[in-house]
Amino acid sequence: MTEPWWISLIKAAVIVNLVMVAFAYTTWLERKLLGRMQNRYGPNRAGPYGLLQPIADLIKLVRKESFFPIAARDRLYIIAPIISMFTALLAFAVIPFGAGWKIWHYHVDGEIANVSIALILVFALGSLGIYGAIIGGWASESKYSLLGAMRTCAQLVSYEVSLALSVLGVVFMGQSLSLVDIVNKQGATIWFFVPQLAGMLVFFFAVIAETSRPPFDLPEADTELVAGYHTEYSGMRWGLFQTAEYVNMITLSALAVTLFFAGWHGPYAPLGPLWFVLKVFVLVSIFIWIRASVPRLRYDQLMRFGWKVLLPVATLNAVITALLVVWI
Amino acid sequence: MPQPLDSVRGFAVTFRQLFKKPITQQYPEYKRPVYPRFRGRHRLHRHENGLEKCVGCSLCAAACPADCIRVVAAENTPDNRVSAGERYARIYEINMSRCIFCGYCELACPFDAITLGNEYEISEYSRDDLIYTKDMLLAEPIKRVPVADPDLYDTPIPYYKAHS
Repeated sequence: MTEPWWISLIKAAVIVNLVMVAFAYTTWLERKLLGRMQNRYGPNRAGPYGLLQPIADLIKLVRKESFFPIAARDRLYIIAPIISMFTALLAFAVIPFGAGWKIWHYHVDGEIANVSIALILVFALGSLGIYGAIIGGWASESKYSLLGAMRTCAQLVSYEVSLALSVLGVVFMGQSLSLVDIVNKQGATIWFFVPQLAGMLVFFFAVIAETSRPPFDLPEADTELVAGYHTEYSGMRWGLFQTAEYVNMITLSALAVTLFFAGWHGPYAPLGPLWFVLKVFVLVSIFIWIRASVPRLRYDQLMRFGWKVLLPVATLNAVITALLVVWI
Repeated sequence: MPQPLDSVRGFAVTFRQLFKKPITQQYPEYKRPVYPRFRGRHRLHRHENGLEKCVGCSLCAAACPADCIRVVAAENTPDNRVSAGERYARIYEINMSRCIFCGYCELACPFDAITLGNEYEISEYSRDDLIYTKDMLLAEPIKRVPVADPDLYDTPIPYYKAHS
């Protein structure tokens, strides 16, 4: 049974805002956790436990001057952060967060759009998101931005290969590219992180690199390089790039939950979306934990790890899974 | 040689810190006592009889590496006696936004007229407010910063600091 279009519209509006709130409090959680892991408090001035910090940050960013380099390609310069943000948010549309409910006499799906090739859509949007970095770096008309953009692209393109290959095993086992089908299959059989442990690890590393989080945050590398592709951005335009990075992290965590941890299914209690949120929260916390624990890789180490470790492991995993699925 | 086990051990280290109390000192609520010889806001001193110690010799201005002291001297007259010497400082200004708190002025001063106190909360909203005049420097400073007990430290307090 399909739902009327206006329900999808309402759902989309709600989910976009929820994701933005989740993003805001991910930054809070990150600073808080990071602080505690370094024996600091983290933000604790704005509101109780610093809970108003994201709002304060937003106000600060909006009120800041959005600097515009005189040599910049104006339209592209402005479009670039929007592309990043748009693709990052859009990918969330296909991620299932619940079983679907019957509200009054309408059927409401547990995802915004049930796309039969949702997985390909997510990766396509991820690839498009890289254009945000390329265009932003190029249109700024600055050496640092251009070099940063090249560095970013090389990293993102390299790790995208492993990212896509690592989920092949899941696709074979789920026998579908639809995320809804994959989640339902996991609910009916086994969570895919057990048979697909190698795939999950590769996916996880690739996600860290794709969202350019430490230890793979070479695109930004705050402590040793000029910022990278967003060197010439300031104010809320820079904020959009940063938002896109965090939303990407949330989206890809949600994708990991969907692919390997059975999405909204959970043991003991049929909590639905709550299970989903809980799992995403745990994954995001693990991202932050990794940031606090591991030093940044050198660029050659990053490339070597991507091409010589992750890619072979992902390929082997896909081949072996394919053989097992065919024979068993 | 990659050592994956050591990396995993690193994760345990960061995780353990989560349950420790942060060592941050919350500044505006808790002010850490400053070292007794801490060099903060300047002040000018007077003799017991009320005359200013400063004789307007400009040695502090000459010693100042940041060039932030301005002294204009004038002669003392019998009916207008300001300082104990022949001359006095008609204008004495310190530009606090340039001062680097090196303490050379108090070393250069032959009469121990200028010393550096312990106050460090001297920020202002305007640069103009950071140019301290003689009246401000002569006034008794408002104590806002706790000072540690000098007995806790074995470094001596210099004579010019203890007796001014």
